[in-house]
Amino acid sequence: MTGEALPVAETGREPQGLEPGQDPQQQRPERPAEHGARRVLREILSGSALLSVLAVVVSLVIGAILIAVTNPAVIQASGYFFARPGDTVSAVLNAVGGAYGSLFRGGLIDFSAVGFWAGIQPLLRSLGFATPLIAAGLGIAIGFRAGLFNIGGQGQILIGGAVAGWIGFSLPLPGPLHLIAALVGGLLGGALWAAIPGVLKARTGAHEVIVTIMLNYIAFYLLDYFLNTPVLQAPGSNTPVSAPTAPDAVLPQLFGSPVNLGFPLVVLLVLAAAYLLDRSSLGFKLRAVGENASAARTAGIDVKRMTIAAMVISGVFVGFAGAYQVLGQTTSGFSTAFDAGIGFNAITVALLGRSKPWGVFWAGLLFGVFQNGGYTMQAANAVDLNVVSVVQSLIVLFIAAPPLVRAIFRLPAPKGARA
Amino acid sequence: MKLELRGITKRFGALTANDHIDLVVTPGEIHCLLGENGAGKSTLMNVLYGLYQADEGEILLDDEVQHFSGPGDAMRAGIGMVHQHFMLVPVFTVAENVMLGHESTKAGGRLDLDAARARVREISDRFGFDVDPDARIEDLPVGVQQRVEIIKALSRNAGVLVFDEPTAVLTPQETDELIGIMKQLRDSGTAIVFITHKLREVREVADRITVIRLGQVVGEAEPTASNAELASLMVGRAVELTVDKTPARPGADALVLDDVHVYDLNGVPVVDGVSLTVRAGEILAIAGVQGNGQTELTEAIFGLQPQVTGRIVLDGEELTGRTVRQVLDAGAGFVPEDRQHDGLVPEFTIAENLMLDRADGEPFVRLGALRLKDLAAFAQERLRRFDIRAQGIGTRVGRLSGGNQQKVVLARELSRELRLFVAAQPTRGLDVGSIEFVHEQIVATRDAGVPVIVVSTELDEVVALADRIAVMYRGRVVGVVPADTPRDVLGLMMAGEAPQAVAA
Repeated sequence: MTGEALPVAETGREPQGLEPGQDPQQQRPERPAEHGARRVLREILSGSALLSVLAVVVSLVIGAILIAVTNPAVIQASGYFFARPGDTVSAVLNAVGGAYGSLFRGGLIDFSAVGFWAGIQPLLRSLGFATPLIAAGLGIAIGFRAGLFNIGGQGQILIGGAVAGWIGFSLPLPGPLHLIAALVGGLLGGALWAAIPGVLKARTGAHEVIVTIMLNYIAFYLLDYFLNTPVLQAPGSNTPVSAPTAPDAVLPQLFGSPVNLGFPLVVLLVLAAAYLLDRSSLGFKLRAVGENASAARTAGIDVKRMTIAAMVISGVFVGFAGAYQVLGQTTSGFSTAFDAGIGFNAITVALLGRSKPWGVFWAGLLFGVFQNGGYTMQAANAVDLNVVSVVQSLIVLFIAAPPLVRAIFRLPAPKGARA
Repeated sequence: MKLELRGITKRFGALTANDHIDLVVTPGEIHCLLGENGAGKSTLMNVLYGLYQADEGEILLDDEVQHFSGPGDAMRAGIGMVHQHFMLVPVFTVAENVMLGHESTKAGGRLDLDAARARVREISDRFGFDVDPDARIEDLPVGVQQRVEIIKALSRNAGVLVFDEPTAVLTPQETDELIGIMKQLRDSGTAIVFITHKLREVREVADRITVIRLGQVVGEAEPTASNAELASLMVGRAVELTVDKTPARPGADALVLDDVHVYDLNGVPVVDGVSLTVRAGEILAIAGVQGNGQTELTEAIFGLQPQVTGRIVLDGEELTGRTVRQVLDAGAGFVPEDRQHDGLVPEFTIAENLMLDRADGEPFVRLGALRLKDLAAFAQERLRRFDIRAQGIGTRVGRLSGGNQQKVVLARELSRELRLFVAAQPTRGLDVGSIEFVHEQIVATRDAGVPVIVVSTELDEVVALADRIAVMYRGRVVGVVPADTPRDVLGLMMAGEAPQAVAA
């Protein structure tokens, strides 16, 4: 290879899908200068659902290997592998089968339980974990569809949750009004925190990735500060923990099950996101900006306004996750850790769900199952909970690297048969 | 060096871009590869240059079979290519660009720039190129940059030189100079492949002509063949090269540009005091070589340029400083120069692209909700009327051919009540059939009494469409002349020379 630069656009795009008589040359973008990050994003989001499923499968297989090689019984048996290889094999099967078995039992259905309701208790508990992941995932996904990387889920959850929590323990509102006020406060808090990078990007061109990451730190330390002042700190306490949420403002359990009102609400959010993206004028404009901002601008769409709108809407959804954490999960008073990593897991959920509302729903559900079942796995099989995190991370890796997954399964490239 | 291609076949999935193509180019001959956009010329040359691997067939140089796994192999074997888009590093000097990729070094790894300089001078002198080895590429005019590409190829002792659409970026004068250079190279024994779809250049320079259509060689022609003969070979049917139009019946002044300046991000004027008037029912063609401010001028009209001074008035209504939305609402329609970049959202369906500029209100939006049924009915009607060849309105625009993509843009822009229509490079990269259709639509719009601006770098198109011609050079209007102005005068104006005694 010499220094002669290959033309960037030379990897012709999607020649299989051409109309008869059409030349792939014409498909080449005349300007190859599409923003790099956007191109990668679009490539990731255009992958098929099959690819998502395969990514999960591969990740579970690698997770199994990890479980096997760290299992004490396997290590012991492998010490005399050549004498009795059968021991090692059965130890591996025991370790992996046991771990994934309890993941299933703890996260989905417990067949050993007596009665139907007792059997699906794990699934219902998983819905509780899935709820904030789905909400925040939707927020991130809407950002993606508008071409924005909202990495600030953590900050938006912290601010939204803090506002919801403050309303929840301090305002003397009656009955359901209290819950509604707290929820709305959470949505607004998230929206406000997400609006900052939106406005900065629209006005000055500051990149939202950098700004949202920095705002995560600011939100964290701001919350830390207020948790050490009477604003948020529980009266008479000297630890940085807030007062408990008032019973009025807690999301009520449904029919005595582990599921609270948050889950039906998040299903409504999925429907709202689907309507927004597919059926509304605003969603149409957001998608147009996300796919091709210069064409959108030429067609009279106000790209800056759409950037701000996308961030605000994204923040509303993420803010719901924050409110849910404080009003549904950690109701006995929150610290700075109540975001529970949801802000970042939501990015994974959005990617796994290909930024489509129902895709995000199922991806969030899967992660909820992982999380809930992971606890059982840790307790029953002494498998470190981090294995679950590794599996989740691998899923992102495989989704971000579709060619790798395709190569493993020998799938045909959907686009761009490069010569 | 003799080049021979035997039975080259290249497939992309179901599409055969090259179908058993045979081609022989002997030393000391200029061989023209003529074909429409998308006929497979560039694919063939990319196979030759090692960028693509042929599925069948072989490449022979001086009767020896070659196997190229990349451009490096092709260059070592003696094939040089002058790409349409130059492969030069703008901030490097000429000598640095020429040595790039096969740098020679002195002791301690220091670059031997002197050797490169000497090489550039030697080649430059041999062919009378007049290129300074120490000039930075970005400071050079386009025509000189192209010569640097040629020097680069020659410095690697290329025996076969491929010119891929080399005149697309040149003024007519620069084109003439390039043709001179090509003839000189031919006379010194180089085998030259000249890819183009411009008939006039072919007849001027070619020793032999091979015509390609739909990936197949459809015939050889003599340079003495008429334009009409070559064109019908290219497209497979007799085509009209001229546009059928009646004389314009211009009405009152509609669009008035008064001392318009457009500044780029560095504050440099790219449009420098343009004053123009377009009357209702006439086509004003803006001619000029790419990059002389035409793009920025049209963008300024539509509120797409951030720094504009002067006045832009449409039917007495001030457009200066308005947003894109307001300009569109004032009744302006726009076909942007780069349809894939500015005109369409490739991932969107045809229907979605048809409502792109009306995403806010009637007829496709009510109470913030899309009215998908109305949109579908509208899109069906447009699909039929504009003869957009697609499976349906749900087809993604990115999967359409260039001609059908442009029809989608036209179908959208011409579906509103227009008081101004601006089409920038409306037929760039289109096949002859689509060009005809686009031209008919533009003339029909004019005949409906709309003032029309057509920006084009193709003189043929300018002459065919225009009722009056404005020529731009370096951000200024060199002059506004009648449509029947001779081509050589227009060519001189495109190079910046004011027409003596010619007034609008």
